[in-house]
Amino acid sequence: MTISPDAVAKVAKLAKLRLDDAKLERFAGQMDDILAYMETLGALDTTGVEPLYSPVGHATPLRADTAAPTCTRDQILANAPATDGQFFIVPKIV
Amino acid sequence: MSDITALTLTEVRDKLARKEIKAAEAVAACLARIEGTEPALKAILHLDAEAALAAAKALDDAGPVAGQRLWGVPVLVKDAICVKDAPTTCGSKILQNFTPFYDAVCIEKLKAAGAIILGKTNMDEFAMGSSTENSAYAITANPWDTAKVPGGSSGGSAAAVAADQCFAALGTDTGGSIRQPAAFCGTVGIKPTYGRVSRYGLVAYGSSLDQIGPLTRTADDAAAVLSVIAGHDPRDSTSAPREVPDFEAALAGAVDLAGLTIGLPDEYWGEGVDDEVRQACAAAVDTAKSLGATVVPVSLPHTPYAVATYYIVAMAEASSNLARFDGVRYGYRAPEAQTLEELYELSRSTGFGPEVQRRIVIGTYVLSAGYYDAYYRKAAQVRRLIRQDFLTAFEKCDVICGPTSPFAAFPIGQMTDDPLQMYLSDIFTISLNLAGLPGLSMPVGLGQTSGMPIGMQLFGPAFDEAAILRTAKVLGAALPPLPRPAGI
Amino acid sequence: MARYETVIGVEVHAQLKTESKIFCGCSTRFGVAPNENVCPVCSGMPGVLPVLNATVVEYAAKMGLATGCTVNPISVFARKNYFYPDLPKGYQTSQFEQPICEHGHVDIVVDGTAKRIGITRIHMEEDAGKNIHSAADNASYVDLNRACVPLIEIVSEPDMRSPEEVVAYLKALRAILVYLDICDGNMEEGSFRCDANVSLRPVGQRQFGTRAEIKNINSFRHVLKAIEYEVERQADRLDDGLPVIQETRLYDATKNSTASMRGKEEAHDYRYFPDPDLVPVRLDAATLARWESELPELPEARRARFVRQYGLSDYDAEVLTAERDMAAYFEACAAAGADPKTASNWMQSELLRELNQAAIPISQTRLSAANLAGLIKLIDAGEISGKIAKQIFPELFAQGLDPAAYVRQKGLSQISDSNALESAVEAVLAANPAEVEAFRGGKTKLMGFFVGQIMKATKGQANPGLVNELLRQKLG
Repeated sequence: MTISPDAVAKVAKLAKLRLDDAKLERFAGQMDDILAYMETLGALDTTGVEPLYSPVGHATPLRADTAAPTCTRDQILANAPATDGQFFIVPKIV
Repeated sequence: MSDITALTLTEVRDKLARKEIKAAEAVAACLARIEGTEPALKAILHLDAEAALAAAKALDDAGPVAGQRLWGVPVLVKDAICVKDAPTTCGSKILQNFTPFYDAVCIEKLKAAGAIILGKTNMDEFAMGSSTENSAYAITANPWDTAKVPGGSSGGSAAAVAADQCFAALGTDTGGSIRQPAAFCGTVGIKPTYGRVSRYGLVAYGSSLDQIGPLTRTADDAAAVLSVIAGHDPRDSTSAPREVPDFEAALAGAVDLAGLTIGLPDEYWGEGVDDEVRQACAAAVDTAKSLGATVVPVSLPHTPYAVATYYIVAMAEASSNLARFDGVRYGYRAPEAQTLEELYELSRSTGFGPEVQRRIVIGTYVLSAGYYDAYYRKAAQVRRLIRQDFLTAFEKCDVICGPTSPFAAFPIGQMTDDPLQMYLSDIFTISLNLAGLPGLSMPVGLGQTSGMPIGMQLFGPAFDEAAILRTAKVLGAALPPLPRPAGI
Repeated sequence: MARYETVIGVEVHAQLKTESKIFCGCSTRFGVAPNENVCPVCSGMPGVLPVLNATVVEYAAKMGLATGCTVNPISVFARKNYFYPDLPKGYQTSQFEQPICEHGHVDIVVDGTAKRIGITRIHMEEDAGKNIHSAADNASYVDLNRACVPLIEIVSEPDMRSPEEVVAYLKALRAILVYLDICDGNMEEGSFRCDANVSLRPVGQRQFGTRAEIKNINSFRHVLKAIEYEVERQADRLDDGLPVIQETRLYDATKNSTASMRGKEEAHDYRYFPDPDLVPVRLDAATLARWESELPELPEARRARFVRQYGLSDYDAEVLTAERDMAAYFEACAAAGADPKTASNWMQSELLRELNQAAIPISQTRLSAANLAGLIKLIDAGEISGKIAKQIFPELFAQGLDPAAYVRQKGLSQISDSNALESAVEAVLAANPAEVEAFRGGKTKLMGFFVGQIMKATKGQANPGLVNELLRQKLG
């Protein structure tokens, strides 16, 4: 399969990445190779095989419903690029 | 002073406990070694000498504590792991000014055991890479030959341990990122069973694959550190609710391999392995036989599909895990962004390096509408088959053995233009993460052609780190010791 | 417009009344300062991990059990990936292919016709934070207090055919949530949110038409108006030969119209996949059986029982069971000896009026059910007249007084002693001879006058029935 720079651009948009034309071209070419390689899985017959999404074998860990603070707001906002001490600030969402 | 840094972790730990040396001396020795080697090595992204010396002084004032297994031992930590009030960059510009106010659980455990954290080590950005060349900050050199890579993504940790900058370093392993750099740098490196060590505080790359583990000089050292950082953590839902055996006790007194059956997978010992790698590993297997081990052939038939499976799963999970780096609450925010859309796109496009962007794009693609079944779901099915391969093989043997990498450390810059080539080199390490089983790499000699360290892997059944550590200890003691690295 | 049939499906998001958030131990308490109920986990900091709140699972399962759903023994959390400032991780942890509950129903009655509305699924998910847009500066302010608060999403089958059916469904659903005590059910405050998917199809056509999703509906009244508007909008388009576009539209209450969000929202590809940080939720039969046994009597069952047990009308039963506290009050009143029908009447008239005026819910009234029963019993026993009972009710309500004691204290007892009344009657007749003669002469309307005079003389406490009887005796 050949993946076009346009298709790459669409996916990049979903991932909030802005790639220039040169990068789109390069990525498209690389992705072609990589995806073609990934498609070799298609040759394997996996009928009836239950997908394994995680190696975890134990039961659902559950938490008791008790509220307990673990930090202060100042700590939460300490790394914020833009804040007024109360909120995280971003450009206006239209 | 340099005598101290030449010691193993267990040796220095004992001297500290007996007050033969003070914690401050151990730290000072490491700092001196770091100062002497860092210009060439560039293994460390952040060094906090003052804090380390202050911590050492506090420990010395209070005196050694019997229950603290790593009392006074200086260690380094891969920069993917959160250390409170220290920068945690994951080797990326997007976190260049991020300082967490919380410790990862494994760090809490190290501190509770009396260890002294010297700083954070270099890595491939967000653990994506096999050479540490993808770091946004520096390229770490291999202490054996500074023109060569230390491996990745835990290249900084591996180089630091090999260069005697510290007595142990924590790394992370998603597709081989502890084991391969350990092999390239001639150290021991262990990836525990998935769920053995808490992932809380580890910046996630491939959530169903990631594990934290130690890189050390010896198997005994690895056992000591693993005993401290392992254990059930209620803050990590994937953390296994299992008792942690005393790994050091499990290794004590082990002198031979009588009664041990080692399985050699056909797929790991065939084509595609450099002669010097095969030669060194085969010699190690012979040594194992002479120690009483029985060797049997096994098969992991789905090995040819492992790389494709791994990258689909890892990239898909990564594309989602890295969505939180958006310039809103922490990390890099593009100053020129005027709109929300620009804030997202410019921050992420400037903050992430090309390999990370590539993996995010591919990961997004394989999850997207129309492709999910063909890629992600299919990969998950193959993953079950790969895991089943191991479970079947372990019916015939106690540990599985094979080379860590098809080749020894390569020159810096050699593989950077061909991402697919780089991915394919993970062939021997990757399956283990898919299966969630424990594995380690141990040095088995220097390559006859390259003179670079060769590493060999031991895989174990789930939660049987003791078996592979014990095997590595006995075998390591029987093999000729490696010389000190020639490069620095 | 009778050419088209309206087809409506509804998605409800109900905020669960837990102490802590779904994946972390932050408080869910309302009304704290911005970002005060936030921790690294719910603010999506690097390296953090979720741990599931046991009570959320219980509440979600109970809602499924209460609506006749199959509670799946295995359900899986999935990541719904998209970017928005109020979504700290860049994905919402929700459930996709394997939700906790499926295939239930809610029964409704509209204009006397009963109908069953299907519930496709119920799943658990986390809420997002809040973005506050500033009119003044070019910025938005993000508060993550609400991020990670537990929600259940309840998706109905597209079984509704009118706005009235939608309201009936929503009311029934909300009543169950409130009866289970797992949700406040407050639409205005946002603990009960509803989006409607509306489409039209030519009458007789089997295939569904294209639907539009309507959001920003904040009251039952808005539900009616928004759907009515949307139906007309779609009908106009179809009449003009234009297609209905599949899109999300926001309801604007001030304009009473819906407007497309399309300019603001790109096509979303959520790229759902199972969340690798969480373990599939496994529920065994024993746990489900225990939860089933813990379910309270649900609104529908209670309504039917009220009709059966207390002989109430459907209407009265519905009013009294609308709120759990109201139903409990009524039953306590009946248990204390009040005639059910009378109690029902008093609750729907006098009590409701006083509650509305005081702007308090029935759970906060000082007039206990026993008190109300006491008052009703006094009337039944002829101790006081209904008229006086109504007069003193506000005082009883305000002070929470025992009616019997109050009546005694104020000397309001109805005079039912013939002897005592007889002298009053004779006194009035004696004082008004002209009227007596006129009455005997045929002006029977004067009966009211005499009764009035006697009432005045006895400060309204004369037993009216007895007064009438005595007057008849004496007037002949």
